[in-house]
Amino acid sequence: MRTNKWLHQTIVYALLLAGSLVMLVPFAWMLSTSLKESYQVFTVPVKWIPDPIRWDNYITTFTGLPFGRWLLNTLAVTVPNIIGTVLSCTVVAYGFARFKAKGKNMLFILMLSTMMLPTSVTMIPVFYLFKELGWMNTLLPLIVPAFFGTAFYIFLLRQFFMTIPVEMEEAAKIDGASTLGILVRIILPLTIPAIITVAILQFNGVWNDFMTPLLYLNKPELYTLALGINFFKSENNVQWNFLMTASVVTMLPSLLFYFLGQKYFVESITLTGMKG
Amino acid sequence: MNMPEMDGASATTAAAPRKKAMRATSKEAIWFYVLISPWLIGFLAFVLGPMIASFIISLTKWDLLTPAKFIGFKNYSKALNHDPLFWTSLKVTVIYSVLSVPLGLVFSLALALLLNQAAWGMRLFRTIFYMPAVVSGVSVMVLWMWIFNPEIGLFNTILGYFGISGPGWIYDPNWAMPSMVIMSLWGVGGGMIIWLAGLKGISPSLYEAADLDGANAWQKLKNVTVPMLTPTIFFNLIMGIVGALQTFGQAYVMTKGGPMNSTLFYNYYLFQHAFENFNMGYASALAWFLFIIILVLTLIVVKSSDAWVYYEGERK
Repeated sequence: MRTNKWLHQTIVYALLLAGSLVMLVPFAWMLSTSLKESYQVFTVPVKWIPDPIRWDNYITTFTGLPFGRWLLNTLAVTVPNIIGTVLSCTVVAYGFARFKAKGKNMLFILMLSTMMLPTSVTMIPVFYLFKELGWMNTLLPLIVPAFFGTAFYIFLLRQFFMTIPVEMEEAAKIDGASTLGILVRIILPLTIPAIITVAILQFNGVWNDFMTPLLYLNKPELYTLALGINFFKSENNVQWNFLMTASVVTMLPSLLFYFLGQKYFVESITLTGMKG
Repeated sequence: MNMPEMDGASATTAAAPRKKAMRATSKEAIWFYVLISPWLIGFLAFVLGPMIASFIISLTKWDLLTPAKFIGFKNYSKALNHDPLFWTSLKVTVIYSVLSVPLGLVFSLALALLLNQAAWGMRLFRTIFYMPAVVSGVSVMVLWMWIFNPEIGLFNTILGYFGISGPGWIYDPNWAMPSMVIMSLWGVGGGMIIWLAGLKGISPSLYEAADLDGANAWQKLKNVTVPMLTPTIFFNLIMGIVGALQTFGQAYVMTKGGPMNSTLFYNYYLFQHAFENFNMGYASALAWFLFIIILVLTLIVVKSSDAWVYYEGERK
């Protein structure tokens, strides 16, 4: 029985290690190429550890090429977009979680069902609307919609609010606190894990969004990183080492935020995954 | 939670608190609508309004610049009867979904089950498996183009170590679709996290009972784990289908729909009509076909769920 258990764990770990290898090798491949001298990229057999290691590829990419500009553009979209998302989704979710009104259930179901709607159905009229507003080649189409909430995050935050006991709010209400005062002073501090999750998810969504900038930005100096990488890739004579440095840098914040927010992340996903 | 002030008002006449309660209720309703107003306005301006507009546009021939011409349901009948590429793109997208969604479910569940049995290091392995799901977008697609490079890409380099000369991957019409599926499987960690949450929710007493009955590992998986996970399967299945049917970036960034239309994803074909050829009417009709397909598939999954999804606390 004991050897059996030992054998079992050995097999489990062998498979886990094999799985980890499969997951990690593409990252290693990317990192390796990103540190290569241009001529070394195409040498056969492939050298996994570049010689010499060109750390300055990272500097060249973001100074010599327009990647620095694209990085700034991406930040200029991402930061206000996340602020808008967190603000609007929190307020709306609080409404759905705590207030009774006629038509509330119907509106809630309506909101959830918009998650099924393919974006292509609304894409053309929304494009026309923004074009008529004169928003082509501005960052506005990438920012403004965030201030009107996102169904999935509203759902996630509402699920979270529902787990907070209502007694504290009632006590505050008797003490004369206003609705918004209660939201800001009592509910929000308890909701930080869920808000961090929403911010991280939205960061990944906006940071990597390709379709929206593709529709609205067609001047290279306005590109976001996603568009820029695609543009750079389409050039003749692709320089894979620089393309990989740009990809590493683009992926880095997502990975970093994931490591930092991991605890909250898993907790919040548990909440939405199970209580459908 | 509503009307806490009623408790203190019990000494007054019966009519007064009722009036007060009425006022409190309508005040609460007003607050509800004020709080949800961002979403409601956004819904009207960016969802409902555009949906109606999209349907009207789908009945016209329109290039965005010159006035639209009403042509009835001609766009719809053209797609069904006179556009082989409509069927090609539909076929490509359905094949991709049929392969990537179930394979993704099986692989992510396998990872979750495996991870659930590890005595130590679970956190570390969970982090590693989830990493690819965290990154997304063009940088991932560019990375995979580099992995799929036929001459010096990662895959053919590794195959070369074993003396195998690998295929052309995304540059080979027969291999482009499998390549896309392989790439999608790299992200199975996203599903795995949801499975792990589901597995944690299964009461140990069920396994203890199974042990008493002398069940082996396979029987426990089949008769306890999978039935208890069906709500999670249900959720992952619907979201997976909705996502896979809308694949766009892979086609636009990696293959431009080729080679030989082998990766002409539906949404990419739609995009070409809308923003490369400016057939807004036709593209809108294509969007409505997609909507109907997603709606029907979702309804089938939801309707069938009575038969296979097991909710705890629900009596059969």
